[in-house]
Amino acid sequence: MPERLRVVCYVNQFFGQIGGEEKAGVEPLSRDGAVGAARAVQQALGDAGTVVATVICGDNYAAEQSDRALAAMVALVAAAKPDLVVAGPAFLAGRYGVACGALCAAVQAQLTVPAVTGMHAENPGVDLYRRSVYIVQTGAEATRMLPEAQRLVALGLKLARGEKIGAPAAEGYFARGVTRNVVTETTAAERATAMLLDKLAGRPFASEVPRPSFASVPAPRLVKTLEGATIALVTDGGLVPKGNPDGIEALNATRYGAYSIEGKDALDAAQYENPHRGYDTTWVKQDPHRLVPVDVARELEQRGAIGKLHETVYSTVGVATTLAQSARMGAEIAEKLRAAGVDAVILTST
Amino acid sequence: MTPVAVMVGANRIVPAAGIIHPLGNAELSPDDEKALRRRIVEQALQALRTEVAKPTVFSSA
Repeated sequence: MPERLRVVCYVNQFFGQIGGEEKAGVEPLSRDGAVGAARAVQQALGDAGTVVATVICGDNYAAEQSDRALAAMVALVAAAKPDLVVAGPAFLAGRYGVACGALCAAVQAQLTVPAVTGMHAENPGVDLYRRSVYIVQTGAEATRMLPEAQRLVALGLKLARGEKIGAPAAEGYFARGVTRNVVTETTAAERATAMLLDKLAGRPFASEVPRPSFASVPAPRLVKTLEGATIALVTDGGLVPKGNPDGIEALNATRYGAYSIEGKDALDAAQYENPHRGYDTTWVKQDPHRLVPVDVARELEQRGAIGKLHETVYSTVGVATTLAQSARMGAEIAEKLRAAGVDAVILTST
Repeated sequence: MTPVAVMVGANRIVPAAGIIHPLGNAELSPDDEKALRRRIVEQALQALRTEVAKPTVFSSA
């Protein structure tokens, strides 16, 4: 009989029975035993473990003071010396889901304690944390709290006991993007043929190589006329000032640079270089305008065809760059452009 | 590379002059090369003021 595990639960102010939105600013606190939704976790654990503490934090506090909230929650979790942390489930609650993912990731990394959470597929916490955290797929609302808690606990117990974790579909968690070798009875040719026959017959089949899914981004409308708009130039073709001051990688980039073109009607080739290793950069190094059209954009600005050319060009290297890194860099650049009052972007790509 | 841009969901796509020099062409005279670049940038501006509902390739003028 394995000994009872010490489990710490994390819930928000609502599921911790402190209050609704009016209490969403509550700072992290810890209560002994299982409080609120953590009681479902205790029920699911049965004799396998005891919820020794419930950590509670208001959703707004967790979202707005995320660094401070996370540090405080990790400290409260550590004080209870858990063998396992169960966060949520957060269902479709966005702030809550992101906080659950962040806490699980931090607990694993800083305390080396296994952690599990659960949420709905469309909770933003899924995309942010599924690569580092086991996130069990739940419904959108807390109508089936006990069975969902049971699924979290089932996976959590396996993690805490160091048992082998099965494939995402079998265990009910979101795929973490991990590729694992498995031995099968049939060859790839036989499996592919079977899949094709299923497809032709209209039967369901599951690909062994899921393609990355690209979320569709609604196309924004230019709300101003071009004559009144500020236009920025951005590129993934790798143009950087001599010396590559930001150390942008030659491939699989994780960094981008912001480079001023203030007072420049044109780019002087002698002042630029290009670390991009995904295409022959000879021609762009000869004349950077072949990638970043500062010369004609400046003329269009002077002619009044556009209101203003933004004085900062953003550049990174787009080759073998992961989707996650691209999305992060794109979001960061977009945020900076928006803060600077830019209305539209021409992104030149090689 | 426009099919890739469509696949990943870029909304306004203007075909350019080539992978190694999207906004230029070393085989043209400097004046012609700049004119080519101006056409592509103007087409990008035209695309920006066009409302689209899905990834759209603005074919070269």
